[in-house]
Amino acid sequence: MNTSRTQRLVLAVVAWSITFVIFFPILWMFLTGFKTEAQAIADPTLFFTPTLESYAAIQSRANYFHFALNSVYVAFGSTLLALLIGIPSAYSMAFLPTKRTKGTLLWMLSTKMLPPVGVLVPIYLIFRDLGMLDTRIGLIVVYTLMNLPIVIWMLYTFFKDLPKDILEAGRMDGASTHQEILFLLIPLTLPGIASTGLLSVILSWNEAFWSLNLTSSRAAPLTAYIASFSSPEGLFWAKLSAASTMAVAPILIFGWLTQKQMVRGLTFGAVK
Amino acid sequence: MRTRTSGRTVGGLRSLSLQAPAVTLLLIWMLIPLGMTLWFSFQRYNLLMPGMEQFAGLENYEYLLTDPALWRAMGTTLVLVGSVLAISVIGGTLLAVLYQQDFFGRGVARVLAISPFFIMPTVSALIWQNMMMHPVNGVLAWFTGLFGLPAIDWFSSFPLLSIIIIVAWQWLPFALLILLTAMQSLDDDQVEAARMDGAGPVAVFFFITLPHLKRAISVVIMIQMIFLLTIFAEIYVTTSGGPGLATTNLAFLIYIRALLEFDVGGASAGGVIAIILANIVAIFLIRMVAKNLED
Repeated sequence: MNTSRTQRLVLAVVAWSITFVIFFPILWMFLTGFKTEAQAIADPTLFFTPTLESYAAIQSRANYFHFALNSVYVAFGSTLLALLIGIPSAYSMAFLPTKRTKGTLLWMLSTKMLPPVGVLVPIYLIFRDLGMLDTRIGLIVVYTLMNLPIVIWMLYTFFKDLPKDILEAGRMDGASTHQEILFLLIPLTLPGIASTGLLSVILSWNEAFWSLNLTSSRAAPLTAYIASFSSPEGLFWAKLSAASTMAVAPILIFGWLTQKQMVRGLTFGAVK
Repeated sequence: MRTRTSGRTVGGLRSLSLQAPAVTLLLIWMLIPLGMTLWFSFQRYNLLMPGMEQFAGLENYEYLLTDPALWRAMGTTLVLVGSVLAISVIGGTLLAVLYQQDFFGRGVARVLAISPFFIMPTVSALIWQNMMMHPVNGVLAWFTGLFGLPAIDWFSSFPLLSIIIIVAWQWLPFALLILLTAMQSLDDDQVEAARMDGAGPVAVFFFITLPHLKRAISVVIMIQMIFLLTIFAEIYVTTSGGPGLATTNLAFLIYIRALLEFDVGGASAGGVIAIILANIVAIFLIRMVAKNLED
């Protein structure tokens, strides 16, 4: 009994030490955001008087909310569009399957595996010619298409879990396809749709290949704004930390909330 | 379908119209850029010399394949992908076993340990480069100083290793998240039975846990490969591919050719190579997903 208690204590200490090391950079970023620039580069200490001056500075000097608003528009805009296009498609795959359904689904996934850098040149040139460089709508289009396969895939797995009889009953009562989707399917699978949407928001919010290459200032989301801190003119660690903390906090919370369902989307259902 | 009396054509038509928007958009999104990349890769086309475009045959490929920078970048890509995969898969598996044990505050510890995966890449890169790895004011320099050791100038002395550490820090939690989920379906009775037969924890790990995780591990490897092949933001904000070509991977080389040197033809030839490499991995992944669809 005694040895097993020591064992459990050792286990807890080891596990928590490792957890601390992994989480440390995030914790440190959070703490540094409440320091002055002088404190930020001083020897590490956990004891300091917290200040909000960095948070105030990033708003007044760099107009933080302009970039945050771009992130919100782009992440939620592309997610809504992807759901709008994805729900009917996933519905038909789950409830009206044909011989081609499986092939279509796999083909959709395969588009997700095209490396973005392989199509950087044409997308850049098309955007330039259409005047879509550095516009929110441009990023929304790219992110919608980027996430559409994952969205459809995840919705499909959620829809398939729904007993067929329920929709069948609605159809017997004379519901049209639109009514069936709007009044039966969506309310019944709302939790699944919500976690699909959250995954899409997370992926769009954190996307940093297209945002760095297709935007410069007007439409730049937070990923691109944070990248601007890497300029060699001098580093502002406290401001970088404050800006980063605000940029990652909402997504971190979304991630914590949906981690279980997210595995479905991230592995295309191959791991349950 | 079978229960409906109206027949297959009506159902087929309905399903067609519901799927049309998604399928059409994805088809456009895939075919047009792909076709253009392929087309450009056979053209002599530089944005700085408009009106000089002409068919170049295999010239871009010839130039690219004989360019030492390409092979250097391929090597860097390989080292980057290989190291991050090794760290995240081995580390992720061991940590999944650890976080499966019962200890105080396990739920919270799990959530904290998977958190780095949700941090945007530009933030992780800059936090690590500055606040962790800075040779004077970084936490790691302070830490080595505690033991009287000299500080390491990470990004000057070991640029590629520094990038590997940052990327592995982001992707190990991904492996952990997936493998923890896969662990949940591990049969406790089977483990218990093995214990009764005198199997130690090491034997249980190698003969029960690892075989159970086999499929999840291969999924993790393939998904990570596809993403790691084109790591970009972490390099863009920290080293810009340097010093020299030390941290230029294939994705960054294509970016330099395209948006810094405006060589559309050369960049497109590079893009075609990246697509081929990604497809080799993708074929295996798709096959696995397809098999999973059946059962």
